[in-house]
Amino acid sequence: MASISEFGRRELRFADKLRGIRWSFLFLVAAISGIGFAMLYSAANGDVDPWASRQMVRFAIAFVPMLAAALVDIRWWYRAAYWIYAIAMLLVLAVDLRGVVGMGAQRWIDLGVLQLQPSEFMKIALVLALARYFHNRSGENAGRILYLIAPAFLVAVPSALVLKQPDLGTAMMLLAGGAILFYLGGVRLWVFAAGAVGAMTAAPLAWSMLRDYQKSRLTTFLNPDLDPLGAGYHILQSKIALGSGGLFGKGFLQGTQSHLSFLPEKQTDFIFTMIAEELGLVGGLSLLALYTLVIGYGFAIALRCRSNFGRLLGLGIAANFFLYVFINTAMVMGLIPVVGVPLPLISYGGTAMVAVMLGFGLLMNVGIHRDVQISRVGDN
Amino acid sequence: MPRDMQRQKLLTRRAALLGAGQGLAIAALAGRLYQLQILDKDRYTVLSEENRINLRPLVPPRGRILDRFGVPLADNEPNYRVVIVPEEAGDLDRTLDAIAKLIEIGDNDRHRVQRDAKRKHSFVPLIVRTNLTWAEMARIEVAAPELPGVSIEQGSIRNYPQGTGASHIVGYVGAVQEKELNGDPLLELPDFRIGRSGIEKSADLKLRGSAGTSQVEVNAYGRVVRELFRAPGQPGQDIVLSLDAALQEFVTKRCAEQQSVACVVLDAWTGDVLALVSSPSFDPMLFSAGLTPAMWQELATDPRNPLSNKAIAGTYPPGSTFKPVTAMAGLESGAITPESTINCPGYIQLGNATFHCWRERGHGGVRLHDAIKHSCDVFFYETARRVGIDRLAEIANRLGFGNPLGIDLPGERGGLIPTRDWKLATTGVSWQQGETLIAGIGQGSVLATPLQIATMAARLVTGRQVVPHLIRAAGQLPPGGDRDSSEFAALRVTPRNLSLVIDGMNAVVNEQGGTAYASRITDPAMAMGGKSGTSQVRRLSATGRAHGAEANLPWKDRDHSLFIAFAPVGAPRYVCATVVEHGGFGSAICAPICRDVLIETQKRDPARKVPQPEAVAETMTIPPIPQAPPLPSRASPG
Repeated sequence: MASISEFGRRELRFADKLRGIRWSFLFLVAAISGIGFAMLYSAANGDVDPWASRQMVRFAIAFVPMLAAALVDIRWWYRAAYWIYAIAMLLVLAVDLRGVVGMGAQRWIDLGVLQLQPSEFMKIALVLALARYFHNRSGENAGRILYLIAPAFLVAVPSALVLKQPDLGTAMMLLAGGAILFYLGGVRLWVFAAGAVGAMTAAPLAWSMLRDYQKSRLTTFLNPDLDPLGAGYHILQSKIALGSGGLFGKGFLQGTQSHLSFLPEKQTDFIFTMIAEELGLVGGLSLLALYTLVIGYGFAIALRCRSNFGRLLGLGIAANFFLYVFINTAMVMGLIPVVGVPLPLISYGGTAMVAVMLGFGLLMNVGIHRDVQISRVGDN
Repeated sequence: MPRDMQRQKLLTRRAALLGAGQGLAIAALAGRLYQLQILDKDRYTVLSEENRINLRPLVPPRGRILDRFGVPLADNEPNYRVVIVPEEAGDLDRTLDAIAKLIEIGDNDRHRVQRDAKRKHSFVPLIVRTNLTWAEMARIEVAAPELPGVSIEQGSIRNYPQGTGASHIVGYVGAVQEKELNGDPLLELPDFRIGRSGIEKSADLKLRGSAGTSQVEVNAYGRVVRELFRAPGQPGQDIVLSLDAALQEFVTKRCAEQQSVACVVLDAWTGDVLALVSSPSFDPMLFSAGLTPAMWQELATDPRNPLSNKAIAGTYPPGSTFKPVTAMAGLESGAITPESTINCPGYIQLGNATFHCWRERGHGGVRLHDAIKHSCDVFFYETARRVGIDRLAEIANRLGFGNPLGIDLPGERGGLIPTRDWKLATTGVSWQQGETLIAGIGQGSVLATPLQIATMAARLVTGRQVVPHLIRAAGQLPPGGDRDSSEFAALRVTPRNLSLVIDGMNAVVNEQGGTAYASRITDPAMAMGGKSGTSQVRRLSATGRAHGAEANLPWKDRDHSLFIAFAPVGAPRYVCATVVEHGGFGSAICAPICRDVLIETQKRDPARKVPQPEAVAETMTIPPIPQAPPLPSRASPG
């Protein structure tokens, strides 16, 4: 392993690593989470029970895996990438085999003390696995179609399993996240064009795999006024809540749509609507700005990294975070169909919180280990 | 490593492009947010308000019906009931089953709820059961979490404190029927009642008031979260009647000993109806609470007709009480004078027909005074023959017969005064002179309501076109005093002729040998005048009647007994008309009723009493009682 210190730097000491943690980044994350606690407090009509208090505990707990992920040597992550992917895959399979049905979908695995949603971890694991895969491939190789078969399976298999749960949102995120890593890994653009054509031809097949409620969500998305009391109800009520919020909102704790239960799932998937209803356009845009800062921060960290793996990992995490934000907010604004993707750091839910924080841990890890050289398997 | 450098450059470029793409996507989100929250704000604000704000109409309290002194004849009582909102209940049948386990629900109630749920808006609360006891309320409240859309409401139920006594006047209310729904949401409210008879019906729109609204905030499930605004609406107006509730009660009790009676007491001077009794009566609370088909059947088939207000809707041959009309017609037309003597041998011959006097051996030669006093049929046969039917009818109409008087009650009938034209038009047969004779004693085709007979007496004693009425005022009690009778136009008859007829009616009661002498009022200050009448239900021979065969006849075939009276005889203020269906001889049955009623009326003297203000004045000053205008004496007491 001599080649690792080829850059002439000494091995990073623990203290160096601690210094490498971006505290300003953590402050940003804490600020967004703080908004989340406040909104969960509001969602419970001004009570920390049942959501805000538990969410705070989860946030505190999630700090531990995040810091651990940040401080472990990046080469460990590199070596473990496929194993982690495999474990995540097993968990997803376990859900398919004997998961807990909740909200009309089989997404959860019950571990007794806590319920786990493995598909959230799959998002991280896929980024890790693809980052490793593309780290090992030269630019020319990455362009060759034969080399894309393996990573295509890495993306397609979990996506299909998740879609079957059924969880359209997570499947979309896995596919989009995979595509982004393909793109960053240097895959030629004609491959994406071919993939798009392939997807179009496969669309009828995919349609047949969808459950009725997913189909109705898609048709409702295309024409929400078709069925204002049925499937279109959620999105219509969400738009009413957003629109009636106006510039400055109805005031904290004053959102009528959310507090009078017109807004569905106000503490989870539709929490952005509640924020924009109570805090208005000013609040909504401020939150989007904070998210943009986080994503930009992630890009900056990733691009300063000198190893391919680190860059791909960092960019993948940041892009994944972007996908959470975009899919969720675009959904509540009626820009895309209703799919179950939480608003990261804010929506009530433990697994997503831990998964997102774990992602940030990896991002910081990339920042801390930006000068660490990772050998290519082929070079050894 | 140029290859690595190249790859890094590619990655950086693609990362930059990706970042730009994400930036664009977030800008698109911001744009969408701007569109929704700024450009479309107004539209969505309206939708949001429509979501949460529900307008609910409030039933205005129905106006009370008061007697002339402010005694309530109809008012509202609080009443607790279970209501169900079908929209919130979901499975209506299952919820009704759950309620039925807690309190008793009849099949009728259940069917009514199921029927109403289909024809009303699903957000309109439907009454499941009324008149809950405290225990029943508690059971429902405890189980409330398992009963979606079910709640306890306080409503009001129409209450009739006078019971059966004034039910024909006050009437009753009933639930709104499907065909009456006109889109007014007020009519869809379960508590709303429409007046179905009596004053409740004729003054319904004034009693109703106008609906208020309650603006409530509801959540997505339609449950009321809080009330935002309440406009109480306009309560219905109180209706003040001319009726004297205490007198009405007295008359009701006095009539109760007879099978079927109508009795009217008027203030002749003002036209105020002081009492108007039709006996037997019914309990208006039965209608207020909901009548069972069996009870309805019993009321509707009773031969004594309790549901009909006989005082205004019963028409009877007025019999001898019509003789003052014939007398007036004779005097006014000049066919007779006070001095004209007509011989009564006990019958009168007209062509081949013989018309009997009630007194088989006749009255001998009689003048007007004695003819009225003894109720000589032959005298009035002859008078009517001389006058002719059309002039007789003209005077009868002027005295209030032949057309409805326009009393403020539904269902008033006009009776009938026959004329030549009427006979020809309705039967195609020309008038026979014999019919004129029969009409002259108030029989044959002549029909009148007790109210018309009383009005005739009032017009005779005042010389004015008195029109009876029940409603004195809507809203507040009128301030003190009485209205001036001058608002009634003069009768256009010679006052001396009126005096002559009244003089005869005085003799009927107060002169020895008068047909109602036995029923005279001995207190000279209260003495009454009057006229008895007996009207045939079926044709009997004069001899049969004279032999007193009446008592042996079945009730339905006996004659009606009538009496009209006025008092005090020197300056008549009150008139009373009584009809006892199938009562037999008029002076024997009806005259004592009139006597007792007029004594009571004069003791109470309601026309001269001032309504008492409800709040007691803090100073003990007694307001001066306005004096009634002095009445000209038209009749000399015998």
